[in-house]
Amino acid sequence: MTERPLLEVEGVRTQFATYRGPLVAVDGVSLTVGRGETLALVGESGCGKSVAALSIMRLVRRPGRITAGRILFEGEDLRGKSKREMQRLRGARLAMVFQDPLSTLNPAFTVETQLAESLRVHGVARGRAARARGIELLDAMGLPAPQERLRSYPHELSGGMRQRVMIAIAVSCSPDLIIADEPTTALDVTLQVQIMDLLAEIKRQRRLAIILITHDLGIVSQFSDRAAVMYAGRIVEQAQVADLLSEPLHPYTEGLLGCVPRLGRPDLPITPIEGAVPDLVTPPPGCRFAPRCPRVMDRCIESEPPDYRVRGGRIVRCYLREEMSQGVLAAPGGTSP
Amino acid sequence: MWLRFLWRRLVQLIPVLIGVSFIVFLTMHLTPGDPVEHMLGQAGRVTQEQVEELRAYYGLDRPFAVQYWMFLSHAATGNLGISYSHHGRPVASIIGGRFPATLELTLFAFLLALLLALPAGVIASLRPQGTFDRIATVKALIGISLPGFWLGIVLMIVFGLRLHWLPISGRIALGMAPDQITGLHGIDALLTGNGPALRSALQHLLLPGLVLAAPMAAMVMRMLRSSMIGVLQQDYVQFARAKGLPETTVVGKHALRNALIPTVNIVALQTGLLLSGNMIIETVFQYPGLGKLAVDAIGAADYPLVQAVVLIYAVSYVLLNLGADIVQVALDPTVRPG
Amino acid sequence: MLQVLADDQLVATSSATPPGMLRVLSRNRMAMAAALVIAGFLVMAALAPALAPHDPNQQHPEAIRLPPAWERGGAEAFLLGTDSLGRDLLSRIIYGARVSIMLGVAVVLLTLVVGTALGMLAGYFGGPLDAVASRLVDVLLAFPFLIFALAIMAATGPNLGALVLALAFKGWVDFYRVVRGDVLSARGAAYVIAARGLGASTPHILFREILPNVVPPIIVVATLRMATIIIAEASLSFLGIGVPPSIPAWGTMVSDGRADIAAAWWIATFPGLAILLLVLSVNLFGEGLRDALDPRMSL
Repeated sequence: MTERPLLEVEGVRTQFATYRGPLVAVDGVSLTVGRGETLALVGESGCGKSVAALSIMRLVRRPGRITAGRILFEGEDLRGKSKREMQRLRGARLAMVFQDPLSTLNPAFTVETQLAESLRVHGVARGRAARARGIELLDAMGLPAPQERLRSYPHELSGGMRQRVMIAIAVSCSPDLIIADEPTTALDVTLQVQIMDLLAEIKRQRRLAIILITHDLGIVSQFSDRAAVMYAGRIVEQAQVADLLSEPLHPYTEGLLGCVPRLGRPDLPITPIEGAVPDLVTPPPGCRFAPRCPRVMDRCIESEPPDYRVRGGRIVRCYLREEMSQGVLAAPGGTSP
Repeated sequence: MWLRFLWRRLVQLIPVLIGVSFIVFLTMHLTPGDPVEHMLGQAGRVTQEQVEELRAYYGLDRPFAVQYWMFLSHAATGNLGISYSHHGRPVASIIGGRFPATLELTLFAFLLALLLALPAGVIASLRPQGTFDRIATVKALIGISLPGFWLGIVLMIVFGLRLHWLPISGRIALGMAPDQITGLHGIDALLTGNGPALRSALQHLLLPGLVLAAPMAAMVMRMLRSSMIGVLQQDYVQFARAKGLPETTVVGKHALRNALIPTVNIVALQTGLLLSGNMIIETVFQYPGLGKLAVDAIGAADYPLVQAVVLIYAVSYVLLNLGADIVQVALDPTVRPG
Repeated sequence: MLQVLADDQLVATSSATPPGMLRVLSRNRMAMAAALVIAGFLVMAALAPALAPHDPNQQHPEAIRLPPAWERGGAEAFLLGTDSLGRDLLSRIIYGARVSIMLGVAVVLLTLVVGTALGMLAGYFGGPLDAVASRLVDVLLAFPFLIFALAIMAATGPNLGALVLALAFKGWVDFYRVVRGDVLSARGAAYVIAARGLGASTPHILFREILPNVVPPIIVVATLRMATIIIAEASLSFLGIGVPPSIPAWGTMVSDGRADIAAAWWIATFPGLAILLLVLSVNLFGEGLRDALDPRMSL
């Protein structure tokens, strides 16, 4: 059929040691990303999407660690790699763009230093060649006067420029996958569109796969191919974006869509989702969304639904969809303890 | 831009220097103890006339304000007066003779403190509450709680008298002083290739240097550790890792650079304390430097000498702060003018 | 409206009040142990006449330079040995606690009052007062403490009052800085503006509104200063310009013992150990206080 997916995350579980006990931030998350594909990872704050991203890059630090699952990048399990090997991969094949460019760029070094670092460490270019590449990259990112920008410090640049610099650094070594953690949240709306357009352009030119982490459904609909909805450390629904938005299968996804005001339809009510996210140190035994679900059944409270495979390549974790399921995904590590 | 910054700071020095010189001048003149009597103390019976003559000679009979003005104007041209207790030798030359010793000791202690504190601070910050960190923290706490004079004596007892490893007084073994180039025995020995002299100089520097360095090392280490812990949690450190940089680069370049910014302040502060700690340590170890000179001079009411020494300390302190400011601006682009 | 303000401007977090501080502090075992040691010293100082086996100034000509009881030649009557004049070291150390503690408390209180007052004034009124004070502080800091102390003590001779002044010379700066900083930020706080709007007078605002919030950091600074002052006093006594020689003081004892370090190491060692122990405990306790007040402040 098609080639093997670029990234296959299977049943990854990441937990943090807290004084109250282990907090499982990512609990059995599975997803795939194909070459050149954009997968949106959607969810509210605290659902674990950033931790999931860090887990994929194996950047989770003490007191957190990945306790289960496989992360197959081009067929190889990243969890089996040594620190050195991971360092070689990061930046070169897998890159990450963070949320707030002001705090993510080192205030003490110039743009040039931070850009050239990547190029040098991954053997792409050094010295004068690196500077030339830097200018090229900044220019490609749409930064005016790239020579001056190279010599600037992060605090001398505007928010939009900083974000472009960060993206420039991320693509500098031509990676295959970029994880963008809320790349536009810290920017105003006009900049958001510009940055997303830039990302789309880059993706097209370089056949980049992107994992786009966001809570903004507008961005999801405009820029992604597929989307995975995350709640309380679990993925509750995965589908092509068009399908997800027109016909959400999980009550949580429905709830999210209901929260979004529609342009031109001021008459539609905006319904927030009642309740709050569960405590991840002692999660409830059944479906995590059950306490807040408007269509909860007794079954949901007792046990956790499995991942049902549904037509169109969709996956849903909800008992409501049991009838339409074409099979159940067995997640390694399991969803039940 | 830089020059103007520098110039402005130097100009700010002047009121401080004047203030300090005034206070010390005032203090010396308020203390009883007539320098003339000290001077003549050895000479047996003296007539009142001779006392008056001497006083007039030294200008001690003039009004206070006049004396102060004389002092300032002379100091500005490098004339620091004549020492009362050193038989009329010019103060400037007396100080010049002792200055290198104190400079060497202070420099040694400074380097030693940094050598101890910087690596310890970084390593401790990598695993907070870990074994290394706890031990380092305890040692640092002890370091700031130790009375310097006592530590000096205890070290003397242990290393000097019991183990006979190190000498307990003086600057260098008798007759071993190397040829003078800078006046700093250690450097001179290096420059002239004089191995035994270098060894002797270092041996004499080690104990007093250690005692002097201990509180500074402790404070700097704590500051660096705390600063690093904060910095290591910053996003840019994580981003550096995400770029695939080796951990040593992430910590040693990206994190350390930022953590040093507040640390420099503490280093400057502590180095200032080194200058005053000198006096006690030099006394304990009989080290022939400015500190001991000052202590003796005050006892003899030798105004010019005391004033000059204090002035030197004040100038050093102020220059130190200036240096610290410059380093900070160099390290931290966000505070640069323009 | 008052209700809204009261909700909005809760007096910081619960740990920023003395009772809140104590609660967090009590969980810190090292600090509690340190507090016990400090209490021990306080008891020792208070009950010195009852605890000391001998009169600290009494010389025993037959027992000169006796080693500690556990060494060869030592005697149980003189547990820690005797000095060159045959005085019992243990008794002198016990009595020495009095001087160190009393002087420390006196100096810290003095610097606290002066520094806090100046800090409040400078912080609240700002302007020329603040500028002048800052210059003054700069000049003061450039001055080596020891020289000033030496000069004063040389002028007045052994005199406890002068000693307190000499020790207090630079000490108030820490209080000044902390209080000034806090007052500056409090000046713009809602509860102050509200109080002024209600017609409160300046002294009222300073003492009833702002001061209570500044108390916890003052307590922390006071404790940490105490440690510094104890060492400073000991250093001065060591140099012979501190406590009059007739009063047993740890610094003086170390100085006395210096001549005998070759043959009688204990004379200089034990008094210094006492200093170390007390100062270490005070520092530990002070750090515990600081952590309890605001973990963000601590090193």
